[in-house]
Formats: sequence, structure tokens, C-alpha cells
Amino acid sequence: MDYFIELFFSGLTRGSIYALIALGYTMVYGIIGLINFAHGEIYMIGAFTAFIVATVLSIYGLPLLAIAIISGVAAVVWASAYGYTVEKIAYKPLRHAPRLSPLISAIGMSIFLQNYVLLAQTSDFLPFPRLIPDFAFMEPIVQIIGSTDLVILITTVVVMVLLTLVIKFTKIGKAMRATAQDRMMATLVGINVNNVISATFIVGSGLAAIGGLLIASHIGQINFYIGFIAGIKAFTAAVLGGIGSIPGAVLGSLVLGLTESFATGYVSSDYEDVFAFSLLVLILIFKPSGLLGKASNQKV
Amino acid sequence: MVLREIKKGLLTSLWFVFLTFPIVVIKVDPIEKTIFWRWQNALYMAIGTFCVYLLVKYYRHRKEQQTDNGGNLEQTGSFIHRALQNPLQRKILISVLAVIALIFPHFFSTYQTNVMTTALMYVVLGLGLNIVVGLAGLLDLGFVAFYAVGAYTYALLNMHFGLGFWTVLPLGGLIAATFGILLGFPVLRLRGDYLAIVTLGFGEIIRLILENWGEFSQGPSGISNISRPGFFGIEFGLEQSIVYTYYLMILLVIVTIFVVNRLQDSRIGRAWIALREDEIACQAMGIDKRKTKLVAFSLGAFWAGIVGVMFAAKTTFINPASFTFLESAIILSIVVLGGMGSIVGVVIGALILILMPEYLRALSEYRMLAFGGILVCMMIFRPQGLISNVRRTYKFEKKQ
Repeated sequence: MDYFIELFFSGLTRGSIYALIALGYTMVYGIIGLINFAHGEIYMIGAFTAFIVATVLSIYGLPLLAIAIISGVAAVVWASAYGYTVEKIAYKPLRHAPRLSPLISAIGMSIFLQNYVLLAQTSDFLPFPRLIPDFAFMEPIVQIIGSTDLVILITTVVVMVLLTLVIKFTKIGKAMRATAQDRMMATLVGINVNNVISATFIVGSGLAAIGGLLIASHIGQINFYIGFIAGIKAFTAAVLGGIGSIPGAVLGSLVLGLTESFATGYVSSDYEDVFAFSLLVLILIFKPSGLLGKASNQKV
Repeated sequence: MVLREIKKGLLTSLWFVFLTFPIVVIKVDPIEKTIFWRWQNALYMAIGTFCVYLLVKYYRHRKEQQTDNGGNLEQTGSFIHRALQNPLQRKILISVLAVIALIFPHFFSTYQTNVMTTALMYVVLGLGLNIVVGLAGLLDLGFVAFYAVGAYTYALLNMHFGLGFWTVLPLGGLIAATFGILLGFPVLRLRGDYLAIVTLGFGEIIRLILENWGEFSQGPSGISNISRPGFFGIEFGLEQSIVYTYYLMILLVIVTIFVVNRLQDSRIGRAWIALREDEIACQAMGIDKRKTKLVAFSLGAFWAGIVGVMFAAKTTFINPASFTFLESAIILSIVVLGGMGSIVGVVIGALILILMPEYLRALSEYRMLAFGGILVCMMIFRPQGLISNVRRTYKFEKKQ
């Protein structure tokens, strides 16, 4: 039973990280109908920025809390800046091009960013500094859930609530929903669609950076290639929940995280990634609209 | 006007310096606890961005002027088109190419021949993917899976049953085509972007299985001592064998070009193009969408499988590391750079992308960076590729 609970919490932790990344996919897809392949790379760049800032600060000997906060802020700021720039360079000029064009451009951007980090930094796995200490009050249950897992879960919940509030009640959130529904109509009622799209990319990238920071401090090492697999898995989660739907992305991520955790725990850990991909293929065959997505008919 | 552009350019380069600051300028060594500040990189970044910005502005400006003048935009590549349309020039061009291809191994070293053989393999892979992406408009990011299937078919059959190259060559293609249909069935209903990611997942599944299922594929250590292609029982030395493989590849390229060219103008080829342009209209015209897509998938896979067999026979050693997603990305770059749907374009694209890094060794580090950049830039500035595919048009000419 203990093993089951342990797997359950580790699945939940995984799922929350996927959710942070999947939200970026789903928001962007909801608004411009594009799978942002470079999103996984934004997440990786967020983690890398956090790594660099945290290591520099720890060499200068700052206290742990300050390091965690500063590197977190830096990760979010830079990842958002990258997300914004990627949209401006690679997607905005292609907004009226055939569907295949922005997709290929996105794949190109993903390969470009990966190799940019590889060339500017290194291909080695780098040890990520520990940003989250072991809390004393967690001592009795540390076997089941570690301090880092707890921080990840809490952060994810807080971020989700904030995001929901932003989308539901603020002006920019309203504009996002309007643009997702009908871009033309949104333009007609005076919404600056370009700004809304930029804002979506910024928010999505910021969330991915938080995910990157958390997972890197959880696993303890990073590499230029982490974005690729994480990106595909988060995408799987977004599709599982129904792409374009924000609660769907969260639900899909948790389902994926738990599935992976139990499958690796009870079946085999060699095929960890195969489970995710197989799940993706199965969903797309049997329920392409996802768990919470709406099936849409193409109008002619 | 110019001053304003320069000011905007400076701001852009400032933004990029900020953007790339942590990754490009700082390099930390977490074990030794040292920091390297590479300030010169920030300077390069600033200058580079500024130049690129001005170039893009200049390009846009010129393009606008051309459109204003009502000028003909289609100029690059038209030389090759004209040469191909004129029967005499075409004959000359083809015979010159044939002579170069024939005498190549006798004038260049074995190493060069080997490199050329690799480039030719990518030509065929590109042409195979061109059927799927260029003609049928189905973005396949797991193309390398079929290549792997072909290579492993030969390696395993050769290892266990001692089957020869010529027996397995069609077999590898057929098995890969079967995999193409297997993948095609479930994804038929999916639209472009879903299709891309499912094929990507499929490619990764195949690679992960090859890596982890040790009893079947010998895992990451791969399979070695695969027989080279034979020629009526004659044994070749290493050098002769390389030349022989080169000629085989030339033959395969010719066959592929011939087949793809005929396919393009056939009933199924026109159905693919119709499918690419508009699925609904295509169905309304009575084209069987399922069948058309499946044929595209399996034919594309067939060529990949054949090249896979060639690859295994050429290198005599394969392991899963040769079949990563990057390989799919390279093949896709070839098709996109050359021009989707254009045979000449794909051939030239493959030769540029594969030979360039070989001869510019200093730049080979930046190879993948350039491939990514090419995909983005081509989509933005020249979506039709270097040599665009010319659709067959019929003109109505009045009698004089």
C-alpha cells in the first residue's frame, strides 16, 4: 500500500509539472490554432536560465531563499521574453499562410533553440543546485512525499488558481477568451489581437519556466535536450484533456502523470516514454477531441 | 526613414542582447564553482542582430518595390526551369550530369565517393518524404522510423538467416511500406498538426523499442558485421565495394526520380495534390481520401525502407542512435529547402544540406542550428523552396 501511495504522489508531482507546460500549449492552440513546437524549448531555456542565475548567486554566497526567488523570477522573465520573441519572429509573419507553414516554422524554431543552447552552453548534464530545503515538519512522511514534491504541488495549485482568476476576471483574460472564440469578431469590437496573442505567449512561457525550474530542482540535473521529451509529453497531456481547454490540460496532465508513474512502477521503467506516446496515439484514434474538449465540425 | 530604421535596428539588437544574455554571456561551472563572463559574445550578438535586421528590412523593401512595379517576382530558379522545359537544353544538362555521376569515383578519393553516396541516400529519402509532405501535404515527422525498419530488416535477416542484400532490398521496402500502412490507418482522420505529432511519437516509439528490446535488436550496441551488397557472387575489396555502392545508389536515385516523376502526373499523384490543396473539395470530387492517404504513406515509407537497407549494407553496422528525430528533421529540411513537391528542388536541397557541412568542416558544429534556421527562414521568406514546383497549366491561345 505504501508503494501505491508513493507512486500516486510521484505521479501527481509529474502531472503538475506537465500541467504547467501543457497550459502553454493549450492556450496558444486555443488562440491561434497552432501547436507551438518550440514550447518545450522555452521550458528548457527557463530551466537553464534558472540554473545559471542560481549557480552564479550561490557562488556569490547568497541565502537559499533569495537564490530561489531571484532565479525563479529570472527564469520567468527570460522565458517569457523568448516566448514573445519566438512568436514575433517565427509565427506572426505566417499568420495567414497555409496551415503547414507555421507548423514547419515551429519545428525549425525548436531545433534552432535546442542547438543554440547546446552551442552557447554545453551538451553535458549539469547538476542543478538544490533550491528547496528539506522541511523539518515533513520528516515523518518523507518516505511518501518529499519536500520538493510538496512545493511543486502547492506552487502548481497556486499558479492554476491565479491563472483561472486572470482569465476569468481581468480585461486581458476576457480579451483572450474573445480572441479564442472568434478572432475576426474580437478585432471588430476593438481588441488588439496582436497584443492578446503576445500576452498569451508570455503567460504560457512564464508557466513553462516555473515548471522547468521546479522539475530541474526536483531531478537535480539539466541538459539542453530536456525540452523535447517534456514538450511532447505535455502536448500529449493537452490533447488528452482536449486541446484548447484549460481545465482539460490540467486533468490530462494529472492522468498522464499518474499513468506514467504506475506503469513505470508496476510494469517496467525501460518503456517509460513508450507509455506516453502510446497513450497519445490511442487517444487520437478513439477520442481526438480529448476528455473535456468539444468536438468541432469543420465548416466549409 | 533610414534614420528611423537604424534606430529601430539598434533597439532590436539591444533586445536580443538582453534576451541572449544569460545563455550566451554567462557560463558557469557548478563543480569548480567558477563563472566565465563572455562579454565579447554580447558584442557579436548586437552586431549580428543589427546586420540581420537591416538585411531583412532591405529585402522587404525591395520586394515591396518589385510588387509596386508589377515586376515578375519569380526569377530565381527560373533558369533551371527554362533549361528543363527546352528539350535540347534538357538533354545536354542530363547528359552532363550523367557523365559527372559516372566518372565521379574515378576522379575523387574513396572518402569523397563515400560522402557522395551518403548524399545520394538523402536524395532518395528526401524524394520519399516529398511524396508524403510535398505532394500529399501530410506532415510526417517520424519518417526516420521507416528508414530504421528497412535497416533493421536487412540487419536482422542477414544476421539470423544469412539472407543477401538483393533478396532483402525489396523485402525491406515492403515491410517499411506495411509499417506505413499500419501507421496510416489510425492517423487517417487526423488533421495536419495532430498528424505531425503522432508520427513524431511513432518514430520515437520505434527507436525506443529498438533501444530497449535487447533480445530482438541487440539494444543500443547495435548490429555489426552486416554483409555488403554482392554482385553475382563476386567478392569486392573495401574500396571497390564503396565504388560499387556508389553506383547502386546512382541507379536507385535514377529509378526513384523516374517513378516519382511518373507518379506525380498520374491519377493518384493528382489526387495527392488535390488532397493537399483542399481535403473537403477533394472528397467532393469523389476521391477516396483513405486510400489516397494510405498510398502516400506506404509509398513514402517504401523508399525509406529501401534506403534503410542500403544504409545497413553500406555502413555494415547500425544502432538505434542513427535513427533519432534529428534525422527526420534533416530530411524535412531537405524537402522544405528544395521546394515541397519539386523533384529537382529536393535533389538540389539534399546535395546542399548534406555536402555543405562535409566540405565546410569548420561550420559542421553549426549544422543543426542552420537546419532549424533554414526551416524558419524558408517558411517566412520563400515558402515554395529554392526551386518551386511548377504546376502544369494549360494556356488557351488564340489563333493568329
